[in-house]
Amino acid sequence: MLTLAHFLSLGALLFCISVAGIFLNRKNVLILLMCIELMLLAVNINFIAFSRFLDNMDGQVFVFFILTVAAAEAAIGLAILVVLFRNRRTINVEELADLKG
Amino acid sequence: MNIETLLLMIPLLPLAGSLIAGLFGRLIGRSAAHWVTILAVTASFALSAHVAWEVFVNDLPVLNYSVYTWAVTDGFQFEIGFLIDSLTALMMVVVTFVSLMVHIYTVGYMHDDPGYQRFFAYINLFTFAMLMLVMANNFLQLFFGWEAVGVVSYLLIGFWFKKESAVRANLKAFLVNRAGDFGLILGVAAVLMYAGSLDYAAVFAAVPAMEGQTISLFAGVEWSVLTFICICLFIGAMGKSAQVPLHVWLPDSMEGPTPISALIHAATMVTAGIFMVARLSPMFEASVPALSFILVIGAITALFMGLVGIVQTDIKRVVAYSTLSQLGYMTVALGVSAYSVAIFHLMTHAFFKALLFLAAGSVIIALHHKQDMREMGGLARYLPITAATAWLGSLALIGFPFFSGFYSKDLIIEAVKLADRPGVAFATFAVYAGVVITALYSFRLLYLTFHGPTRMDDETRAHAHESPWVVTVPLILLAIPSVLIGYFTVVPLLFGGALADAIFVREAHDVVAQLAYKFDDGPFAFGLHGFLTPVFWLAMLGVGLATWVYLFNPGIAEAAKQRLYPVWKILDNKYGFDDLYMKGITGGSLKFASGLSNRGDRMIIDGWLVGGTVRLVGRIADASRALQSGFLFHYAFAMIIGLVAIVASFVLLKG
Amino acid sequence: MPIIELVFYLFGTILILAALGVVTVGNPVYAALYLVLAFFSAACIWLLLQAEFLAIVLVLVYVGAVMVLFLFVVMMLDVKTAPLREGFTRFLPVGLLVAFAMALQMFLVIWTRGLEAVPMPQPQPEGYSHTAELGLLLYTDYLFAFEIAAVLLLVAIIAAIMLTHRRRPNTKHQDPSRQVRVTREERVRLVSMPAEGGSSAGSDAARKRGEGS
Repeated sequence: MLTLAHFLSLGALLFCISVAGIFLNRKNVLILLMCIELMLLAVNINFIAFSRFLDNMDGQVFVFFILTVAAAEAAIGLAILVVLFRNRRTINVEELADLKG
Repeated sequence: MNIETLLLMIPLLPLAGSLIAGLFGRLIGRSAAHWVTILAVTASFALSAHVAWEVFVNDLPVLNYSVYTWAVTDGFQFEIGFLIDSLTALMMVVVTFVSLMVHIYTVGYMHDDPGYQRFFAYINLFTFAMLMLVMANNFLQLFFGWEAVGVVSYLLIGFWFKKESAVRANLKAFLVNRAGDFGLILGVAAVLMYAGSLDYAAVFAAVPAMEGQTISLFAGVEWSVLTFICICLFIGAMGKSAQVPLHVWLPDSMEGPTPISALIHAATMVTAGIFMVARLSPMFEASVPALSFILVIGAITALFMGLVGIVQTDIKRVVAYSTLSQLGYMTVALGVSAYSVAIFHLMTHAFFKALLFLAAGSVIIALHHKQDMREMGGLARYLPITAATAWLGSLALIGFPFFSGFYSKDLIIEAVKLADRPGVAFATFAVYAGVVITALYSFRLLYLTFHGPTRMDDETRAHAHESPWVVTVPLILLAIPSVLIGYFTVVPLLFGGALADAIFVREAHDVVAQLAYKFDDGPFAFGLHGFLTPVFWLAMLGVGLATWVYLFNPGIAEAAKQRLYPVWKILDNKYGFDDLYMKGITGGSLKFASGLSNRGDRMIIDGWLVGGTVRLVGRIADASRALQSGFLFHYAFAMIIGLVAIVASFVLLKG
Repeated sequence: MPIIELVFYLFGTILILAALGVVTVGNPVYAALYLVLAFFSAACIWLLLQAEFLAIVLVLVYVGAVMVLFLFVVMMLDVKTAPLREGFTRFLPVGLLVAFAMALQMFLVIWTRGLEAVPMPQPQPEGYSHTAELGLLLYTDYLFAFEIAAVLLLVAIIAAIMLTHRRRPNTKHQDPSRQVRVTREERVRLVSMPAEGGSSAGSDAARKRGEGS
């Protein structure tokens, strides 16, 4: 018997994995971006599960907007990454500390 | 031309002259500047004389009208208005006449000064301010004129603003006058509060109603409102008329050019306090304690300031202390309700003291701005007109019979003798002793300056010569009223009721009326009788003493100085008032202020609040800078930790 | 075991494994491919939850566009992955610790607040369209938000182009406005030449005059 808790647990697991991913791949901006996409996916799973179990379509609307924002974010993030690589010849986060106070 | 327009022109003409000379002085040149201002004052004097003629001869009824309503707020009217009665008319003539003489004199005195046009602009402005003061029909305009003459006095004392002593003197005059003005404005405010109006007539009408009222100054101390108001107003007069203990600015004001000393610091401005008390006589009459206070202050000033005059060596300072002493006499007259006598002495004093100052100025010109009497002597040979007029002025000052000062001063003494109120005994002693002292310092000045051996250096002596006509003509013109005006005006002014429409005296206080019998045979008989009075012999004692010491035995003065050194020292220090103010009040407030500045401003505000804020921001920034590593994963880590914390709060708080 | 639960556990497992793959593999290309797999499995789970439209959008937009973009970028950038892997093991314990802590907290919330007792509602009757419902909501209640989202995408497009656009210094291109504004002096230079056989000095002077004109 599947309950809401099962789907939420899946989302939680996915989220925790991506958090761990951020810690593990702390130098590679590309993987960091992917981890963020994964996090958003986890959130989306939660939204859709709530939408289904509460029988409320608003949750799906939110997912729709999150997908929009995530796509825009990915596009701009990758564009920044390309410019960054063009200028610095690296995407190593440890070498990108110009804003150090 | 109707009388209103004419009256309006009297103060406005000098104002216009002042503006022209002041704003366009450079444009119109020196001679145009003095022509414009002298013409303005001449016209003003002619119109004033006309008004006086109308008032005294043609019995013009009292004019009291408003020219312009400045503001109406909460039912209070603030107006500019004129009150033209005998007192005003008399003051207008005195002010414009002395001012005119001083204007003419200035042409010679300031001949080489670079600030020529500025000077004329100032004295014209002063004439305007003084006229506004005396013509006022309400307290507000009185206050305006009061402060305006104060400002011009400030500007003129510091006329030579490159001289440090002049700048100090004008600052001192200004500050001391502020102390007095504080009293004045408190008094005016109290008048507004209790009488509900600033108009003289309305306030006088409210006097009977105010008589019973009391004011609680401190808890449990009830004062009569009128006494409080009168003393406050008189404190203002003490500042302006240089009464002890607010007299300290007047001797120092001698740093200004001599014409100013004559006009402002002898004849007109310093008498504003006397004028005010006389003008407000219906109020002062209602408060005997205030009159007693006035009497004692006046007596102290008359006696002790004259004593200081004996030891001064600067010719102008001697005259300045003489002025203080004579102002004391006027104040004494006010204190015994002899307002008309005070005004009478004010008038005669204005002429002969202006004359003495201008004569001193003439001497100063001849000696190329040397003022020390120890370097003069024997100048009568070189300056015959100056010496003659100075003699006449001095005789008027000591009250030699038939001279103008005789009538006014003798009447003050008689009035004091007749009066009956607390402080009269001391005042009687003071005015008698003052006669000796006046004679002593006056003749000391004459002998040291004009007679005896010459003590100048040869170069100065070679250049010493009589001053030009612009200087001597005013001297002669002032000498005439100095000698004669008392004789001709004493009876009509004091006993003929000419001032009756302006001055109110209660019957019980009316000492002047009791003196009327002395003039039953006319002023000539009174003058003859004057030779027999103790006052005359006291004056002769002073003259004789001065003659003996300063003319024939100059060594005695020095010997007396050595013998009586402590006394001399006290007099030379002017009783230590300056030291008291400098060390006590000024020093104390300076210490207090520097304490506030160091502790309060620099330490707490600058150091802790301002600097502390800066340092705090700096510290926080230092600390938070460590957080800003610039590494992306540090920020991500911080976010995740925050997330963990939030979720933990959900779990633990069961929210 | 009913078919629904079978599907859930199957794709759930694939999703978790693919996610683990994304965060652990060294090569970004593999990571991107694992991400594609993860999105696919997520789309299947969304189908279970009757979010058919979003599932398809996820596959089309995410897998078809965004993931392709990722792959492009990964391949376009000449990234040396070895230095980027440094410290992977060093931070493994911390990462695992934080991840476990979060997982623990979340599971505590999920499994102790009654959420485990919420059963799956009955499926909608045949012929019911979630897509139509979603469209109805988007174009009524969420119209403004929807339009703002459109503007956001437009801004993202422009931003991405502006960020990566660059003018290479040695590319050849035409400037029509300059072509139109060209003047005679820029095109033709008149030179006065000496006639045949003049002296060399005279010809020099003539050339100077010519240049001066």
